[in-house]
Amino acid sequence: MKKTIRRVGAIVLSAFILTCSTVDTTASEKRSYSYNYDYWGDVQDSPDLYSVCKVLTSSDFGLDKPLRSPQGLYVNGESVFICDSGNNRIIELKRTSRESLELVKIIDSVKGDIDKKEFSGPTDIAISEDGNIFIADKGNARILKVDSDYNFISQYLKPVDNTLDPSIPFAPNKIVVDTAERVYCIATGINKGLIKYETDGSFSGFVGATPASFDFTTYIWKKFATQEQLAKMVAFVPTEYDNIYMDYEGFIYACTGSVSIDDLKAGKADAVRKLNLLGNDILVENGVYYKDAFPVYGDLYMGDGGGYKGASYFSDVTCFDNDIYVCLDKNRGRLFSYDDQGNMVFCCGGNGNMDGYFRKPVGIDHMGYDLFVLDELDCSITIFTQTDFGALVFKAMDLFDEGEYEASQAAWEDIIKDNGNYDLAYIGIGRAHLRQKDYKTAMEYFELKYDDENYSKAYRQYRKIWVEENIVAIVIVLLLLFLVPMGIGRYKSIKREFDTADIFKVQK
Amino acid sequence: MFTSLISKENWQRYIKSLKFALYCLTHPLDGFWDLTHERRGTYAAANTILFLTIVIRIMKLRFTSFLFIQVYWEELNIITYVASIILPLFLFVIGNWALTTLFDGKGRLGQVYIATCYALTPYPLVQLPLMIFSNFVTVDEAEFYAVISLISMVWIAFIGILGMSQVHEYSFAKNILFLVATAFAMLVMIFLLLLFFSMISQGVAYFISLGKELLYRL
Repeated sequence: MKKTIRRVGAIVLSAFILTCSTVDTTASEKRSYSYNYDYWGDVQDSPDLYSVCKVLTSSDFGLDKPLRSPQGLYVNGESVFICDSGNNRIIELKRTSRESLELVKIIDSVKGDIDKKEFSGPTDIAISEDGNIFIADKGNARILKVDSDYNFISQYLKPVDNTLDPSIPFAPNKIVVDTAERVYCIATGINKGLIKYETDGSFSGFVGATPASFDFTTYIWKKFATQEQLAKMVAFVPTEYDNIYMDYEGFIYACTGSVSIDDLKAGKADAVRKLNLLGNDILVENGVYYKDAFPVYGDLYMGDGGGYKGASYFSDVTCFDNDIYVCLDKNRGRLFSYDDQGNMVFCCGGNGNMDGYFRKPVGIDHMGYDLFVLDELDCSITIFTQTDFGALVFKAMDLFDEGEYEASQAAWEDIIKDNGNYDLAYIGIGRAHLRQKDYKTAMEYFELKYDDENYSKAYRQYRKIWVEENIVAIVIVLLLLFLVPMGIGRYKSIKREFDTADIFKVQK
Repeated sequence: MFTSLISKENWQRYIKSLKFALYCLTHPLDGFWDLTHERRGTYAAANTILFLTIVIRIMKLRFTSFLFIQVYWEELNIITYVASIILPLFLFVIGNWALTTLFDGKGRLGQVYIATCYALTPYPLVQLPLMIFSNFVTVDEAEFYAVISLISMVWIAFIGILGMSQVHEYSFAKNILFLVATAFAMLVMIFLLLLFFSMISQGVAYFISLGKELLYRL
């Protein structure tokens, strides 16, 4: 008896220790640097698609004065421009090797026929195809147009428009230039959309204002509120954009962080928009997700943690030439990348002082497939390059777009070996099979990752072929379904007639 | 239950009462009247229909095409899932009986139960073929699924409401009134149950902490 008690005690104790130790291991489990969301919105660890190649600071460029709260980053060919807003200058760098940037020029003024030659807190720079340079000289309330040697050509001032409050100073913050040298500008305090200047520098209107979110209950409430209450309420105003990027096709990616979590979750606000020439949002949000579509607003979980809360705050966006775009989250220091359908490609980063972590990232741009991230507080540029895994993912996507379905499928299959939790890989394989008319396999892959649209495409073809092949059997079965019950009914009625017929009764 | 089914007479009565559920589908007024007044419904048949309903509902999770039902298996609790049918059903039966018995309702508790279960017949009858059908459609044809599924639900509500009026021998208006009242009765019961369980757990927690405290002191 005593022995059994001791045994039971030992078992209980060991079980206790075991459970405790498993709890310990799960608690100390560390998330990987990169992650992705699956169909259910669960976080899935992922191998890195991008890794830090080098972090460069002022001393690496050999600057006399270190950078002070730089605001803008612009990449043009091999050149990298940093708007060193705190020091009222622009720094031009050149990429000499994979992990080094060399100082080319420090620009703090323009030449030519203009009174005020020095900059005052320049925040952005853009270069047109003709080589003319546009500088958002925020402190001087002007956009400067200079030639490649910084000779003054013209300047764009505050647009003359009746709807603009004359008391608000003009503060051009971010600019992009299209191939015809039309300038689109975000100005602080102006929420009517992007200010558009024509090629000759004349103001031609606002484009792409976010629709003001409107709530019926708030409307009713406003009807009954007093003046004081109304003054305290948040007005229905469109949100301002934080940053813009013009992609290789001339579409403008505009991002904003000043949107509420509720609006984001309800789909009433967009963190990123892709604007066409008319200013309409044409961003495709069609990612596979258990609700309508995969949400393109960064982190799905917005709980408090480590002093950071709220939704991701997109401070900048850049788009590769394969339509994959990367958004920069100022709030948690992360990069979020989406493909042209709105599926998340990868997410990485975080807040901190280590390489690959940020304190206040404000600008992102790309050179080829390399990413540059500018940190305002660290005054550093982080160069990200693709890992083998990342290169493989991009290759698989590019191959599919080129119509090389078999090669694309092979690449995706390699990707699955590295990351079995990568939903895009399964869908990629499925799509490759679909294009190769292997519908059955395609269906299996789509079903694994709940891609109903593509599944239906494959199934429609599969069903058509199946019906065509088995048309004879189908007709026979259908005929039998009708004929057999009819035959039985007929037989029964005849039998009944026999049974109840008078002649047979007479014989009884 | 099963031993009683072994005798041939009972078995035949069981089969007959099951078949009678099909009659109730299309002739709810006549059917539900006979169900109780002519004693053509049996507990065995009612249990069978309820059992089938639960089984089909569980089977739907696995065998319906993922176009219509996506199951997050990690968080699926089969017990709560089954309870999500049984609990409202029993709350309804008890609540309805408790109210109607005070207001001239002729139905007894068992009869209310039988009638309610018989009213569930469209569910297994429609949802099983629908479940199979769902695997042969694309998203464009998803509307068919939604409509047919809706029809089965409306059908259940329809014969359920009519059935209750027959069981209790109520006029239509009085029947509707008491069905609404039953809904409130269900809410009251849920409230009382929650209160009861939270009180119990609070009480148990009190004594547990008391015991712990004692153990620390000793």
